[in-house]
Amino acid sequence: MAKLIMNRRGLLKGGVAAGAGLAAPSFFVRPSWAQTENYLNAPTGGTVTLGFNVPQTGPYADEGADELRAYQLAVEHLNGEGDGGMLNTFSSKELQGNGVNGKKVVFVTGDTQTKSDAARASAKRMIEKDGAIMITGGSSSGVAVAVQGLCQEMGVIFMAGLTHSNDTTGKDKKANGFRHFFDAYMSAAALAPVLKEEYGTDRRAYHLTADYTWGWTQEESIAAATEALGWETVAKVRTPLGAADYSQYLTPVINSGADVLVLNHYGRDMVNSLSQAVQFGMKSKQVNGKNFEIIVPLYSELMAQGAGEAVKGILGSANWDWKLDNAGTAAFTKSFGQKYGFPPSQAAQTCYVQALLYADAAQRAGTFNPCGIVEALEGFEFDGLGNGPTLYRAADHQCFKSVLVVRGKENPENQYDLLEIVKVVPAEQVTYSPDNPMFAGGNLGTCNPGA
Amino acid sequence: MNAVLLQILNGLDKGSAYALIALGLTLIFGTLGVVNFAHGALFMLGAFTAVTLNHLLTLEKVVVSQTETTAWGTPLEIRTPYAEQIFGDFGQFLIDYSVPISILIAIPVMVIIGIVMERGLIRHFYHRPHADQILVTFGLAIVLQEIVKAWFGANPIPTPAPESLRGMIDVGAGLGLQPGSVIYPVWRFVNFGFSVVVIAAVFALLRFTTFGMVVRAGMADRETVGLIGIDIDRYFTWMFALAAVVAGCAGVMYAPIVSPDYHVGMEFLVLSFVVVVVGGMGSLTGAVAAGFLLGILQSFASMNEVKNLVPGIDQVIIYLVAVVVLLTRPRGLMGRAGIMET
Amino acid sequence: MRGSSASGRYDGLLFAGFAIATLLAPLLLAPFGAGYPDLLQRFAIYGIFAIGFNILFGLTGYLSFGHAAFLGVGSYAAVWMFKLLSMNVIPAILLAVLAAGLFSLLVGFVSLRRSGIYFSILTLAFAQMSYNLAYSVLTPITNGETGLKVELSDPRIFGGPAGGGLPVPEIFGVDMHTTTDVALFGFNLQLNVGFYVCAAFLIAAFYLSMRIFRSPFGMTLKAIKSNQNRLNYTGINTRPYALTAFVISGMYAGLAGGLLACTDPLAGAERMQWTASGEVVLMTILGGAGTLFGPVLGAIVIKYAENIFSSFNKAEISSFYSFLPDGLRDAMTSMTAAFVGDGWQLTLGVLFMLAVIFLPGGLMEGLRRLAFWRRPGGEPEETAARRPAE
Repeated sequence: MAKLIMNRRGLLKGGVAAGAGLAAPSFFVRPSWAQTENYLNAPTGGTVTLGFNVPQTGPYADEGADELRAYQLAVEHLNGEGDGGMLNTFSSKELQGNGVNGKKVVFVTGDTQTKSDAARASAKRMIEKDGAIMITGGSSSGVAVAVQGLCQEMGVIFMAGLTHSNDTTGKDKKANGFRHFFDAYMSAAALAPVLKEEYGTDRRAYHLTADYTWGWTQEESIAAATEALGWETVAKVRTPLGAADYSQYLTPVINSGADVLVLNHYGRDMVNSLSQAVQFGMKSKQVNGKNFEIIVPLYSELMAQGAGEAVKGILGSANWDWKLDNAGTAAFTKSFGQKYGFPPSQAAQTCYVQALLYADAAQRAGTFNPCGIVEALEGFEFDGLGNGPTLYRAADHQCFKSVLVVRGKENPENQYDLLEIVKVVPAEQVTYSPDNPMFAGGNLGTCNPGA
Repeated sequence: MNAVLLQILNGLDKGSAYALIALGLTLIFGTLGVVNFAHGALFMLGAFTAVTLNHLLTLEKVVVSQTETTAWGTPLEIRTPYAEQIFGDFGQFLIDYSVPISILIAIPVMVIIGIVMERGLIRHFYHRPHADQILVTFGLAIVLQEIVKAWFGANPIPTPAPESLRGMIDVGAGLGLQPGSVIYPVWRFVNFGFSVVVIAAVFALLRFTTFGMVVRAGMADRETVGLIGIDIDRYFTWMFALAAVVAGCAGVMYAPIVSPDYHVGMEFLVLSFVVVVVGGMGSLTGAVAAGFLLGILQSFASMNEVKNLVPGIDQVIIYLVAVVVLLTRPRGLMGRAGIMET
Repeated sequence: MRGSSASGRYDGLLFAGFAIATLLAPLLLAPFGAGYPDLLQRFAIYGIFAIGFNILFGLTGYLSFGHAAFLGVGSYAAVWMFKLLSMNVIPAILLAVLAAGLFSLLVGFVSLRRSGIYFSILTLAFAQMSYNLAYSVLTPITNGETGLKVELSDPRIFGGPAGGGLPVPEIFGVDMHTTTDVALFGFNLQLNVGFYVCAAFLIAAFYLSMRIFRSPFGMTLKAIKSNQNRLNYTGINTRPYALTAFVISGMYAGLAGGLLACTDPLAGAERMQWTASGEVVLMTILGGAGTLFGPVLGAIVIKYAENIFSSFNKAEISSFYSFLPDGLRDAMTSMTAAFVGDGWQLTLGVLFMLAVIFLPGGLMEGLRRLAFWRRPGGEPEETAARRPAE
């Protein structure tokens, strides 16, 4: 065996020497190959590559598919194909439909699997192998925070997709990361006045919360907002992720004296917990002389489809809806609907908008350098992208815009018409200060160009 | 008191579901000795029989409107379900009762799937190492899942129980408690009753019929049964088909409670393996007992009082019980010696 | 037992080949689009994980369904080392291996009281408990859903709190991220420090595994697999041997987990989920349980499918078929699309089935057949006897 070890050492040495010798003529260390600008993956040819990292397998695959549709549409519009969509209504007129900074936009895709590890592996592949200059997409906060961290470390821009946790632009915020989607605090702030109007100030709320960070931030936000109305919080019960049957958490609600059930669940968990709560008669019963009510603070169209009849009359909040009455929404819904045959989801809208905002920032900055993009996006005010006047706040890279309070529609006209807009809550009412305790503890750090 | 009573109901309901899922698995795994990772997929296929029937019944005649357009600019489509168009009110009834009707369809469908699976694949793996069985059945499960995903998407599909079975039963009032304090959904009682009937039927089949006698003999000593001139392989094929039917029916009946998606089988897979092993390999009674035990303990562990005492207990209770049982009883609750112990 | 266990005659050659192939991986895998640092690192890391798993499963036949828990513990331990001690990877890896070793000692001690499926379910139960708790109530230690990661505010002893940017793991001053680009044979080779650290560990892990396979200890383990009772009757208490194998393979898993954290300092709970445990089982069986190189091959195939097949989208496939007429092109595109992009798992499922149906004994069996088909002279007698005369 000693002989073998000797051999191996010899081999190793020989191998390294040979490798170095072979390679010597064209040996250079990153990032000297960047010709004009010093940042990672600076586009050198006539194209610029964006990385679309969405869930393609697992429970959120359909949401991911919708995000991907939106991204493809955005790329078409940026390159001057199709009808231009929201580029026509966007308040910034920098983008001309001839690519970005004179370069044609191309894209690569990856599968996050809604797992932090897989999402980071996929993002790394796009950055290391395909030369992606920006990563965007995703359908959960855990993944968003994980990929945002990766992009900060590696030095590319991250434009978050669907992520609702306060942490994404709170304690886990990063200089290279930006979120257009709203967050749990905004959901609570938007819902509170409507809840007061509809259900009064004397209510007792029972929380069922998915037992992980997003669930906790939403529970905290909603409880704080409803307690400020004068509601009492009876219990906050944590439920395991993916518990298909929630009966053991629902029956204790029956005799708890609570008259409101708040479901801090998302996706499949919410579909199951809501359907089962309705099966336990919670939509039709009376407690304390009042109608028992269920609240789903974060809605999505796919969840509404999955829960079917159960969503009727249930209040919740949303980032955007294709039925909104503004020019941007109409333009986007039209070009999406004509291409795919059905209206876009809010996940699609936020992803489309993020792609456009990135492209516009690059065009305005005249570079794809992440630090240039950060500078261009920080404090950027815009309109015409479907959510009304919006600010990308410099302090935390969060968009501040109006938030929708929606309700499951009693008589939907078609399968895409499951939610009705109850109220459009203006941005002022959902804005918080960057040092709000629910968002404290984070630090943007400095932008990282990766070189 | 009310809370405890409700949790007992939850436990029985959950337990019956676990028992039913484990029963199918233990027929294949505990007695035929095949590590069947595709069992969850059978459950999923059952659930999707209900979904498919519902889709077929609600197939719509599409008339493209000449004048009206949708909000996104394409021509408006006016849809009316064929079933309603052709059968009128009876069509409505069929759609409403699509889940119970699916049971009738699921039985032959699952028999065929079971036979095809056993003849085409599983049969060739009886004498292969367990490792090979795992790989091939896991591969099969993925393929089946992906086909369903390609067809139905990844989102859960609402599959409601019939209107008349969506109400509540006031159990408490029957026991002299305050009305409305112990109420429980009708469909969950239906599900519970159905499970009990199926479990009883499987037991009766194995206990009182020639088929059952041969199968039991074959499990005990396969070679001798072969020597006396019985074609044991044919019996094992039917045994596999029976397991598939049980799994499929469990899938149908559970669809109104947990909206099916393509991944639903995988989530029950691990659980059903745990239930079977806790019950003990080769014991149908053990699997059923373990199903109810785990169902009831899980329900109680989820009570706020218990959770406050031991945080996170509801997350791990199933596995904790499994560890405790397997350490105190070497072959689970009622396992027979020599089955998959090496 | 075939191939590998027949004799140690070719071990030197096998090992040398393995080491060279590993070191040249950036070149060898570049034509397959897998020559970028992250995937190469993953190949090496999951290779280590599978090699370790094979020491338990391939030799003793004990099928653990909870090995991902040790990988997870290793990852958490390494990230905590980064947070508290220093960004150097060596102490992080040491703690990862140690923590995983201790945890596997505990789990193994309890689980090995049972054998067969009862053992499998016990290990599964421990791993699932770890996963569920790490995701929820243990969040202060594990950072739950998001995963444990390096923060700006970490109270690191050596290196202190970092300034503007997040610190990255390093090995004695060299960043793990450092990549040197080399143009060779028309490929842009990315020689990455992180990969070569992993590669070094992989080669060492392979060597150790080879030594274990050939040692008297390894022989005893194989005896446990073939007939535990006989061993017991001869007066040998098998449990200490099985436990040793269990802990060794747990430490391999911990090493893999530590390296995952070193190449990408984030440790997520889903690393411990049963699907992750199942993955290493599949890797080992797919490649060939009980063979030396098989598990590494299995790891490469599965990780390749996950990372590369999933990356193709319709637009790319369509342009690949651009030479075809339109109708045919669309048909081919949609047919191929079913197996890549969002359908990559279908490919994997089909692959599993084909492999096990046609290659009992795993992919190594396929390689062996291929090798003997190429060189009929080197064919073992038993196979030669079955071949018809030409």
